[in-house]
Amino acid sequence: MNREHLIKMANQIGGFFEAMPDSVQAVADVAKHLKNTWEPRMRVEILKTLGTADEAKLKPVVRDALISLGRSGKPA
Amino acid sequence: MNAPQPMNTSQLIDFGTPKVGAGDTVTLEIDGIAVSVPAGTSLMRAAAEAGIMVPKLCATDIVKPFGSCRLCLVEIEGRRGYPSSCTTPAEAGMKVRTQTPQLAKLRRNVMELYISDHPLDCLTCSANGNCELQTMAGVVGLRDVRYGSGDANPGENHYTDVVKDESNPYFSYDPGKCIVCNLCVRACEEQQGTFALTIAGRGFGSRVTAGQAQPFLESDCVSCGACVQACPTATLMEKTVIEKGQAERSVTTTCAYCGVGCGLRAEMKGSEVVRMVPWKDGRANEGHACVKGRFAWGYATHPDRITKPMIRAKITDPWREVSWQEALTHTANEFRRIQKKHGPNSIGGIVSSRCTNEEDYLVQKLVRAAFGNNNVDTCARVCHSPTGYGLKQTLGESAGTQTFKSVEQADGIVVIGANPSDAHPVFSSRLKRRVREGAKLIVIDPREIDLVSSPHIKAEQHLQLRPGTNVAVLSALAHVIVTEGLVDEAFVAERCEAKAFRDWREFVARPENSPEALEAASGVPAAKVRAAARLYATGGNAAIYYGLGVTEHSQGSTTVIAIANLAMATGNVGREGVGVNPLRGQNNVQGSCDMGSFPHELPGYRHVSDTITRQMFENAWGVELQPEPGLRIPNMFDAALDGSFLGLYCQGEDPAQSDPDTHHVTAALSAMECVVVQDLFLNETAKYAHVFLPGASFLEKDGTFTNAERRISRVRRVMPPLAGMADWEVTMALSRALGYEMNYQHPSEIMDEIARLTPTFAGVSYDKLDSAGSLQWPCNDEAPDGTPTMHVDQFVRGKGRFLITQYVPTDEKVTRRFPLLLTTGRVLSQYNVGAQTRRTANTDFYGADLLEIHPHDAEERGIREGDHVGIESRAGNTTLPATLTERVQPGVVYTTFHFPESGANVITTDNSDWATNCPEYKVTAVQVSRLAGT
Repeated sequence: MNREHLIKMANQIGGFFEAMPDSVQAVADVAKHLKNTWEPRMRVEILKTLGTADEAKLKPVVRDALISLGRSGKPA
Repeated sequence: MNAPQPMNTSQLIDFGTPKVGAGDTVTLEIDGIAVSVPAGTSLMRAAAEAGIMVPKLCATDIVKPFGSCRLCLVEIEGRRGYPSSCTTPAEAGMKVRTQTPQLAKLRRNVMELYISDHPLDCLTCSANGNCELQTMAGVVGLRDVRYGSGDANPGENHYTDVVKDESNPYFSYDPGKCIVCNLCVRACEEQQGTFALTIAGRGFGSRVTAGQAQPFLESDCVSCGACVQACPTATLMEKTVIEKGQAERSVTTTCAYCGVGCGLRAEMKGSEVVRMVPWKDGRANEGHACVKGRFAWGYATHPDRITKPMIRAKITDPWREVSWQEALTHTANEFRRIQKKHGPNSIGGIVSSRCTNEEDYLVQKLVRAAFGNNNVDTCARVCHSPTGYGLKQTLGESAGTQTFKSVEQADGIVVIGANPSDAHPVFSSRLKRRVREGAKLIVIDPREIDLVSSPHIKAEQHLQLRPGTNVAVLSALAHVIVTEGLVDEAFVAERCEAKAFRDWREFVARPENSPEALEAASGVPAAKVRAAARLYATGGNAAIYYGLGVTEHSQGSTTVIAIANLAMATGNVGREGVGVNPLRGQNNVQGSCDMGSFPHELPGYRHVSDTITRQMFENAWGVELQPEPGLRIPNMFDAALDGSFLGLYCQGEDPAQSDPDTHHVTAALSAMECVVVQDLFLNETAKYAHVFLPGASFLEKDGTFTNAERRISRVRRVMPPLAGMADWEVTMALSRALGYEMNYQHPSEIMDEIARLTPTFAGVSYDKLDSAGSLQWPCNDEAPDGTPTMHVDQFVRGKGRFLITQYVPTDEKVTRRFPLLLTTGRVLSQYNVGAQTRRTANTDFYGADLLEIHPHDAEERGIREGDHVGIESRAGNTTLPATLTERVQPGVVYTTFHFPESGANVITTDNSDWATNCPEYKVTAVQVSRLAGT
């Protein structure tokens, strides 16, 4: 999967939820959206951005959501 | 199950005047029979309901009474004269006589005058056997014509020396047979709302005229055919009837074009359609149709139809016709080979909104049970997927809230990102009728669509926003509603989540969401936004109708949510005349979504991770199902390019033409090892296919469609499948070839399974559909007759949920290199990628895509009317003929996408909606330049 494309898509999702007043909930909502609608190979690919230079391209709300998804150990 | 109906069934009864709504009942006596009808019912209709047919020529139950033909005269005890029964309302205690010697004499005299100016060529007339004039002559007992008819009795008449107008491809106009009953003019005005016809001349010289005495094809006529249907003679007549003669039977079915889902009667001779007539009892259309549904069905027997399965090893090889068995075995072997090599998730399927619910259900079952993954998606992905997401999040159900008829109760109507006159014409006629009755109209659209200003229609407000700024405008509307105290506080307090509403109220009240602050982004003057907000919030029942101009944006889902927010904030949900109404582009968008065609949802919008639901399907299907979502269509193409998705079963969909960024799509298709296309024609995607399976047209199908109102209607086979197999039989055979047994004898059994497994469809069956005519889901124990209006006492999700809708400008920005914004849409006579309508005479109305450009932008570029221009975007370039029009604002250009050669999607980008990946077709930054030599 094209990682740049996935980063753009994830940041768009983040762009919606980051406007919510509860930032903790926003992170959870981004993670839930990715979990519910992204096919596993997409989630595996974007999780690879964590800890790389590509992580800086992620909105903070997306980065935090990916971290929480990675911790769950289920996306892949 | 599809018992043909003879031509003279009760549903063909014409009651003469429209039905009057329920109210006080009056009882009267007609020819000695006691009759009870709602007050306001005409004597003609009251008589007809009692089985007494009063002679008539200028009356029909689809238009208001006119009282001109003087055939329907009656006598009323205690009253003088002979009033026309069509214009006289029934009153309690009346004693009416429809047959007396004096009435008979009057009627014969009237008929004699009509016939004196009518050619007596009944035996060779195309209306022979279905001519009201002929019938009435018989009914009144006309035996002699004393005036001006025939060589033996010459006199003044007008049926000689007239020129037929054959300009319209579907019907002819023979003025010589016109009796000037005005029915065609009234049908055009009242039913269609186009006002294209009039009566020219005076007295004996009066004649029906289209436009300014123009041929029909050159006039404002939109070829809906209402005039043809209303005509009591052969004056306006379908050319197919002229060619083939009168039909011998009819079958009631459902149109396969737009999401209105009109009920139609296919009038047949053997297995040949003679003509298509809108079904008066069809609740979506109530006896009306458009140029596509009524006339553009000839594609079904077009010579381009492929009726033999074909395979080839490489897409550069020629096709080879094979048997069904060889094609299906080859497909199954290829899919299994790919899965063995690349894993179970390396193949998938795409279903179509043109297919029936049963077909869509079966394909998602094939993918989930036989392929063993969730890689199934529907072409609704690229049109209304944001509707499903946005309405589910806010209201709790992925569907519109109303019936079409609900618009008759609306006082304020907002049309945003939709062009019903072209894309949903039969609903547009209803909407326009309501506006003519006084409802206020607000149009939010970058383009001056017909609804902004057309005969007897004038929008109170046209918010002509820049493409891509829907959310900005909706936030500004919400700002006005909140800050000016226009919220329906009682509704919100009772029906909605309190904290979510408080958060939303605080958000939209911020100064940055004011109309003044957002004016620069949207281009809409703040004062117009404020006026529109006040009108929507305070004008009584207010309904919002929207289309792809809402959904096909990077913020498509946000816009749907913003619309739902507005409706909830003003209490415009849960009753007639209000609501949130997505106008679905294709006939079965709603149904294909309902049937579990999305990769993350099982039928009934239940997530694949829902263990209880999944287990229910696992038990029914006898397989283990995957709990993770599958690939969406654009994800499939991305995965194809990275080598992990290599097999595709594509039923009734043409992504190579319809999906954005054509180069990306075709590269992905080229990278796959087995692409299977099942369609009527060798479409653009078939160029990249290895297997072609012939599909069936709607005339060859048994099944159901679900329209934009959630209305489930039967589709009935009127002719056998040209390729020998129905689409559901092909899917079933493919499943068997893959080793997963499916065994249905008829689509009704598929629907029975859907009903067993889907709570919102629990009460649906073919028997019930046949008796009810149609049903709106949810249809179950709680709502055995279906659900016309949703969210009546509470929202499906319990409390309505406001969500904050931050405006995020699209990435598709204008620059010096790409200074214009391209947006897209449909025209009335063509339909989507044109595979059907391009193979009909509708090309006479619109034969090529055009680029609309504002005269200022054209002048800057030296472009003149008709010039061929180059259009370049970040994704690609194409050429189109230009037309100069002020319908588009400076800085915006517009085109349609009906013709593959125009390559409209070569230039659209891969930007998509954040929540659903619905492509952003509606905003593409482009440059337009005049091509040398034009």
